[in-house]
Amino acid sequence: MLNVGKIEEGFVLDHIEAGKSLSIYHHLQLDKLDCTVAIIKNARSNKMGKKDILKVECDIDTLDLDVLAFIDHNITVNVIKDGEIVDKKVLVLPKEIKNIIKCKNPRCITSIEQELPHIFVLADEKKEIYRCKYCEEKASESTYAW
Amino acid sequence: MKHLMDPLDFSVEELDRLFDLADDIAANPAKYAHACEGRKLATCFYEPSTRTRLSFEAAMLNLGGQVLGFSDAASSSASKGESVSDTIRIISCYADICAMRHPKEGAPMVAAGRSGIPVINAGDGGHQHPTQTLTDLLTIRALKGRLNDFTIGLCGDLKFGRTVHSLINALIRYNGIRFFFISPPELKVPDYITDLLKEKEIEYEEVIRLEDCMPELDLLYMTRVQRERFFNEEDYVRLKDFYILNNDKMALAKDDMLVLHPLPRVNEISVEVDDDPRAVYFKQAQYGVYVRMALILTLLEINV
Repeated sequence: MLNVGKIEEGFVLDHIEAGKSLSIYHHLQLDKLDCTVAIIKNARSNKMGKKDILKVECDIDTLDLDVLAFIDHNITVNVIKDGEIVDKKVLVLPKEIKNIIKCKNPRCITSIEQELPHIFVLADEKKEIYRCKYCEEKASESTYAW
Repeated sequence: MKHLMDPLDFSVEELDRLFDLADDIAANPAKYAHACEGRKLATCFYEPSTRTRLSFEAAMLNLGGQVLGFSDAASSSASKGESVSDTIRIISCYADICAMRHPKEGAPMVAAGRSGIPVINAGDGGHQHPTQTLTDLLTIRALKGRLNDFTIGLCGDLKFGRTVHSLINALIRYNGIRFFFISPPELKVPDYITDLLKEKEIEYEEVIRLEDCMPELDLLYMTRVQRERFFNEEDYVRLKDFYILNNDKMALAKDDMLVLHPLPRVNEISVEVDDDPRAVYFKQAQYGVYVRMALILTLLEINV
């Protein structure tokens, strides 16, 4: 088993579905942060069989947890301070997400007015369905444009 | 300030008040003839729709107001690349209320977000056309005396027809509504609608032919079956007659059944049906003016 050292301050994102850590890395825009990031893929998990883990050493206000909740609200977010877990954040689906995914409906007003923010609204919490605020097109994997 | 983007923007109680006002306008047009004097309606139509535009303009003129606007994108600054947000900010300086039609879905909503005046969605692509739904509801209420406890058949292109989807969504807020969906298999009502009906335990049945349900209907809402929607010509030829309403099919219907149609009609209702007293699609256009008059007064918060 590979060992990755403790972090002093930041987040440990645990129980990420195996193989999704890189996508989360990009959605959280970790590539733009000047901080230490450990990406652990396919770690053994009693609960999930295998899982991914992200360790991010950064100020705890840096990350946009709404994005994370939208991507997968089953991820465990451990907040680390002085090398210890001080909090476990429960992720709830955000009511609205802005500029995380892009509406791909060619008939949507966002297709011609480039400066408009791409806003998706939580339409069905049970089924976890988001719809474009403007044209009500359902968000799907294919709408993940950034 | 209230806008109208979606027929469901108004609660059932707000709709009742709107329809009460429309009824009063229909009964006492003179009382409202000067209600909007000194007010202006801007009709911003980025794509042509003569019927809807004229209905809005007639509504404002009947209220003593004035109208200005454009009837296609080519004659507006959109052709120079101006955004909807910028256009509405300018229009807000010229008019008191705006009716906007746009080929792109959500454009009126973008306008409403930037507008200093109430915006009415007069149709945005295949998305919403709320004043058509209000027209349909007012017609039913005025001629049937109620918006609950009836069986309605919706016939034609139920897959792509936005007026049908909006009407279903608006009607399921009332009690005792039962639906018959009459369409070729290719143009069936989308699953998200039937899922919603199942969830709300609303009775519905999908049938292929009009004759299969005519005797049971209190209302029949006809829409056009377009040739280009079919996968092949053979299917179109085989099925198209099922969806043409004529006197033979009307003979199967109840004496007080009403036939509605959002218009324009092409050939899905035979002209011989026009003289049948149960055919109310031309009256519907008149109710469309009343409901738009009531809507303008409501959004401008004018009490007469």
